[in-house]
Amino acid sequence: MTTRDLEVAHGGIPVGKEGIYSQQPILSARKLVITFGRVVGLDGVDLDLYPGEILAVIGDNGAGKSTLIKCLTGAYIPDSGEILMNGQPVHFRKPQDARMAGIETVYQQLAVVPALDIASNLYLAREERRKGPLGSVFRMLDKKGMERRAGQAVQRLGIQTIQNMGQAVETLSGGQRQAVAVARAAAFGSKIVVLDEPTAALGVKESGMVLEMIKQLRDGGLSIILISHNMPHVWEVADRIHIQRLGALAGVITPQSHDMGEGVAIMTGAKRLAPSA
Amino acid sequence: MSTTVTSAAAEFARRQQSPVQRVQHQLHARPWLSPLFLLFVAFVVFFIATPTFLTANSMGILLQQTAVVATLAVGQTLVILTAGIDLSVGAIMVLTMMVMASLARDGGMPGLLALLIGFLLALAAGALNGFLVTRINLPPFIVTLGTLSVYTAIALLYSGGESIQASHLPGLLNVLGDGFAIGGFRLTWGIVVMVIIYAVVGYALSQTAWGRYVYAVGDDPESARLSGVPSKRILLAVYTVAGLIYAIAAWELIGRAGAATPNAVPDANLQSITAVVIGGTSLFGGRGVLIGTLLGALIVQTLQFGLSQMGVDQQWRVLATGFLIIVAVAADQWIRKVKA
Repeated sequence: MTTRDLEVAHGGIPVGKEGIYSQQPILSARKLVITFGRVVGLDGVDLDLYPGEILAVIGDNGAGKSTLIKCLTGAYIPDSGEILMNGQPVHFRKPQDARMAGIETVYQQLAVVPALDIASNLYLAREERRKGPLGSVFRMLDKKGMERRAGQAVQRLGIQTIQNMGQAVETLSGGQRQAVAVARAAAFGSKIVVLDEPTAALGVKESGMVLEMIKQLRDGGLSIILISHNMPHVWEVADRIHIQRLGALAGVITPQSHDMGEGVAIMTGAKRLAPSA
Repeated sequence: MSTTVTSAAAEFARRQQSPVQRVQHQLHARPWLSPLFLLFVAFVVFFIATPTFLTANSMGILLQQTAVVATLAVGQTLVILTAGIDLSVGAIMVLTMMVMASLARDGGMPGLLALLIGFLLALAAGALNGFLVTRINLPPFIVTLGTLSVYTAIALLYSGGESIQASHLPGLLNVLGDGFAIGGFRLTWGIVVMVIIYAVVGYALSQTAWGRYVYAVGDDPESARLSGVPSKRILLAVYTVAGLIYAIAAWELIGRAGAATPNAVPDANLQSITAVVIGGTSLFGGRGVLIGTLLGALIVQTLQFGLSQMGVDQQWRVLATGFLIIVAVAADQWIRKVKA
């Protein structure tokens, strides 16, 4: 790879000792391949996520965005290829593995359980027990403690529309549910948060609130992968943009290096990014 | 921007709810309220209609009659909370009962050993249901419809269709029919065991992570899985634990009936499902509380017992129960439509 190729791969940002992208990526994928019967889901995809950035992943329907994300978060196991965290190879067999490694995911279908209340959802699959024998022998949950800490977590994210942590999630609006899902992902010392179409079902006002939340998370030091169909939202918050096309990486750009029209052109194959020989 | 959202939300929260909406909201938040109310109404009606209804003696009999179905219904509640259904409830109970009794009488085994083997058998029968549901991915309705026939046939083949009288059995196997009296109010050990099961399973459902997973798997299995809930393990555990609970019901039934009979409680399946549904647990999974099931079982028995004391014909009692089920499910549908 020449320096020029590297720069293209990093969205035209100069590669070197001074550039932030001279750091080691916190998460990388190398030559990921996954097939479903005869259908090729991913055809050798590379991805790099650097500390403290928002990396948007865009692509047409069926380009492999969701499949890529599911491989990175343990929901799918790739047929071949490598996933590295801080340069070390990792092997996620299930979502729990990725979560243990510090990767939290907010799925498109939200992954909140409607009948459970907000606090129960925030703590689902990582419940805290009471201190002493009540917790260790009788496995009693520390409901009060979890409710209090859930309230603090939601407050830190500046979500003011949610007040009562004992409220069932099914009684919340779409934006509030999304906020709960994001709060859940960010609340537990995670390093990477993956958001799959977080604004897809939301109105203008609620989308704005969620985008603000995402920027706050990034400014708080988290690395974020954002999958979205909404180009204005992507160009508003992303630091770099990874473009998927037909199960492969079409290129990486930045909102500064390319405008929305060019991005869409690369996404649909009307324009090619990589300097061909 | 967020301030306007807050004030709008606060305004929304302060809005006037109609009395009907308020009732609906309360019923949604406390699913045991409607069965409790229904039981209360039934008690008042029968108290007025028959002088013998609200006596210590009658109440003792009512509880004894309720114990077996109420115990079965605990297992059924667990399964229905996961959005499943268990049609093999009665079959597992009868199979276990016949094996325990026959091991003790014909095999000459001590009561404790026969009981333990019976428990293990029921665990295995429940685990097989769970295995077919989680590993072969068959719908619970089909799985348990199949095992209903299989377990029933095995029970009949094994026992030769013969009853075994309690007098031929070691004391431990029919001890749950014994009891003690408080005033004129006679409690059997079977009732005590039933109450203990409700307490233990109720605790597990409401106070432990396992209980939350049961609700989560029943309400939205995909979300639960994505959140990291071990859905298949939970489902397998639910069917297995349910099997064990049916074995305890079998033990209670030997004491209650004074015999192990292959065709005892022929409608155990429907009775247990009825208790769960009338108790406010949703057949769609994820919603309900265990205490509602106990109330549901009590309502069905109260209806049966009260009407029979009034001299009402059996057919009319069946009709009343059927009517009650439809009303309960309709009420559940309405309550689920609640908005904050």
